[in-house]
Amino acid sequence: MSIMKKILTTSAIASIILGASAASANTLKFAFQGDAQSLDPHGLNETFTLGFLSNVYEGLTMLDKDLKVIPGLATSWEVTSPTSIVFKLRPGVKFHNGNTFNADDVIFSWKRSLSEGSDQKVRGAMVKNIVKIDELTIEVQTEGPQPLMPSEWAWIFIMDKEWSEEHGAGNAANVKEENANGYTLNHANGTGPFEIVSRQPDVKTVFKRSANHWNTIGSNITDIIFTPVKQAATRTAALISGELDMVYPIPVQDWKRLDSESGVSAIRGPEARTIFLGMDQSRDELLYSNIKGKNPLKDLRVRKAMAHALNLDLIKKKIMRGASTPTGLMIAPQVNGFNAQYNTPYKYDPAMSKQLLTEAGYPDGFEITIDCPNNRYVNDEKICQAAASMMAKVGIKMKVLAQPKSKYFGKVLAQNNYDTSMYLLGWTPGSMDVHNVLLGLLSCQNKESKAGLFNLGNFCNQRVDELQKMVGVETDPSKRQAFIDEAMKIIKDQVAYLPLHQQPLSWGVSDKFSVNQRADNAFDFRYVSKTK
Amino acid sequence: MFSFLVKRLLQSIVVLIAVALIAFSLFKFVGDPINNMVGQDTTLDEREALRERLGLNDPFPIQFYHFITDAAVGDFGISYRHKIPVSDLITERAPATLELSIISALLSVFIGIPMGVYTAIHRKGFISRSFMTLSLVGISLPTFLIGILFIFLFGVILRWLPTFGRGEVVAIGWWTTGLLTWSGIKSLILPSITLALFQMTLIMRLVRTEMLEVLCTDYIKFARARGLRENAVNFGHALKNTLIPVITIIGLQLGLVMAFAIITETVFQWPGMGMLFIQSIEEVDVPVMAAYLMMISLIFVGINLLVDILYAYVDPRLTIDGGSKHG
Repeated sequence: MSIMKKILTTSAIASIILGASAASANTLKFAFQGDAQSLDPHGLNETFTLGFLSNVYEGLTMLDKDLKVIPGLATSWEVTSPTSIVFKLRPGVKFHNGNTFNADDVIFSWKRSLSEGSDQKVRGAMVKNIVKIDELTIEVQTEGPQPLMPSEWAWIFIMDKEWSEEHGAGNAANVKEENANGYTLNHANGTGPFEIVSRQPDVKTVFKRSANHWNTIGSNITDIIFTPVKQAATRTAALISGELDMVYPIPVQDWKRLDSESGVSAIRGPEARTIFLGMDQSRDELLYSNIKGKNPLKDLRVRKAMAHALNLDLIKKKIMRGASTPTGLMIAPQVNGFNAQYNTPYKYDPAMSKQLLTEAGYPDGFEITIDCPNNRYVNDEKICQAAASMMAKVGIKMKVLAQPKSKYFGKVLAQNNYDTSMYLLGWTPGSMDVHNVLLGLLSCQNKESKAGLFNLGNFCNQRVDELQKMVGVETDPSKRQAFIDEAMKIIKDQVAYLPLHQQPLSWGVSDKFSVNQRADNAFDFRYVSKTK
Repeated sequence: MFSFLVKRLLQSIVVLIAVALIAFSLFKFVGDPINNMVGQDTTLDEREALRERLGLNDPFPIQFYHFITDAAVGDFGISYRHKIPVSDLITERAPATLELSIISALLSVFIGIPMGVYTAIHRKGFISRSFMTLSLVGISLPTFLIGILFIFLFGVILRWLPTFGRGEVVAIGWWTTGLLTWSGIKSLILPSITLALFQMTLIMRLVRTEMLEVLCTDYIKFARARGLRENAVNFGHALKNTLIPVITIIGLQLGLVMAFAIITETVFQWPGMGMLFIQSIEEVDVPVMAAYLMMISLIFVGINLLVDILYAYVDPRLTIDGGSKHG
């Protein structure tokens, strides 16, 4: 209670002060459809929350505006053995409270990422141990070779050990323990270019440019005010009326309207998120189909028939307003491991689909239900409906069960035993590397090795499993790419999934500002500037 | 009166427990909270551990028992999403909703009643007819549409008023108010009118109908015959006698105003309890949903009780039940 009071008071005072001095400073006001879950850097491993916090906290490495890994709090790193990497830490870095950054902070943050309330345990668990060599040198030891270690360290945010311990935040904030370690939910002390001035969850978060930051960044913004605005219509209105300078996402249907207004524009670009349809290929009888006693989706000819029945260009034109990128691969061009050679989508050929279905013994098609979220991806429900009408043309009667994301995920994911026959899902690999997709979506489901967690239809191919393991430990780039290519070819030939497109990013921005729209949809303050 | 009160209080408790039971059994249809609390890379074991820690694996009666016994002492647990006690969240959000609802209720009463009286007295006048036509709009258009129309007209086209939020707020103890700053007052105008519109037109139409009826009665004719001034007849005699059904409706509508506030708050991004509730549904934040529903039913039950007491006060002839008069 007393913490909340303090926050309320400080935010009230801060907003009055800010209001008074706004004229002399460059202030940016922006909105997203929701809020970051909390300010705890290890609280939630999710794109918006991490992207939001990457302006305040930093990792040993960072992602630049094109998602390339660049040095962050480490100046360089060197693989000294298959199971160890030595990081040289950046000297002279200060936290927002003035404390100096050193090796102890890195070790502390890594340990914290493994604590009970943390959602970064998967990343933290890649490390076996960290040895402090001196104040600014550490050796990170792993069980086996970890070629992706440097890029994973971009998302393990480094906290100040002394500050965290002083505020009882040695462990990540936890939903069960009463406020004992809740300080980090609404307070932050990182090394990033912006500091948190005040925060009221779901209402307002105020940032100011940090005087302590080690790096020179291109931005000329001094203050940033973030307010979540849930309703798309309200967000658009607030942007047009000039109350907000940047809002996202903008519904693709509103692009025309923004373009017709002066002073604002809709910035769109390809997101690294691939949208695809998945099929149950493991059950002996589908849960939601009129075919009893066998599973038509186990038959490669049926999967091929489905692939050739989908007209991706029509989906792009009619539903995505021309802004999606039809794809043949399960990863986007921004993702490490992408090879354009395999990216040609399956050819649209309904006649071939019909023939394949006849060969497979379903000349009149069959019925199947597809599970679909209706508030998770861009126009998700409409995509499912379009797919259903395309399937109808070749005789497959697809029933669309569209639900809000909480219900949808509660139904189709592992905790409910993958209760689905067909589904629409979108995926951006958090590591921006193909291995995450090979492991999570394309390996056989295996609870012990934690593989295939999101392989809801359990596509299972022994060779792909082997290749996945090899890709995971191979450090030689060209050998690694050869493994990836082989896996991609099998996946494509076997029609493991029906990839649809990379969905568009859609930001509304005032003409007074220039921004960088990064393909993971993170809004990086380092690249925003006031231009007028 | 005392036995009546005790009886009513006992009934209220039964109602509250029933609401809790129904609400609680609905929660399992809202979806799975775990997926909103972890990222996509979180392993199955960790998800299961979190589920166990939150007690979501317990059988329904045990979960319900824990909820009821904790709620009885005012402990609604910790929000899954915000990770802070639900009671703190509600106290933090309550001022925004209460301010909005009270202003709306005042608007609808102090504009609705005079409008009703006016339209009853000047039945054929041009202004009365326009009021009546406008009131149809207020009754028939859904709140979110009115809100968005207001935003586009006053926020985007005319740019007189802010399109969202509460403006600058001033903290007085735990209470926050927007009434002390210019931007706070400006921010309050559109949402409060949006929220008030339906109740305002309802009250106006009700008062008008009641007034028309009362104005035809003998004692009004007699009052006129006695040569009383027109205002004294209309307001002193006629209006007073129309107020009984109006008070009932206002009382019940006050609860509805808070319930309707959910939609208005979402449209205007008003940081109140309704907004909190909507977000909690989306993220399956069960402790917040439960607390909010309990609170709203508590308010409804309280208002009903109050209205019953007011009845007896406004019209002493009404005895709510036979023996209670002497109690």
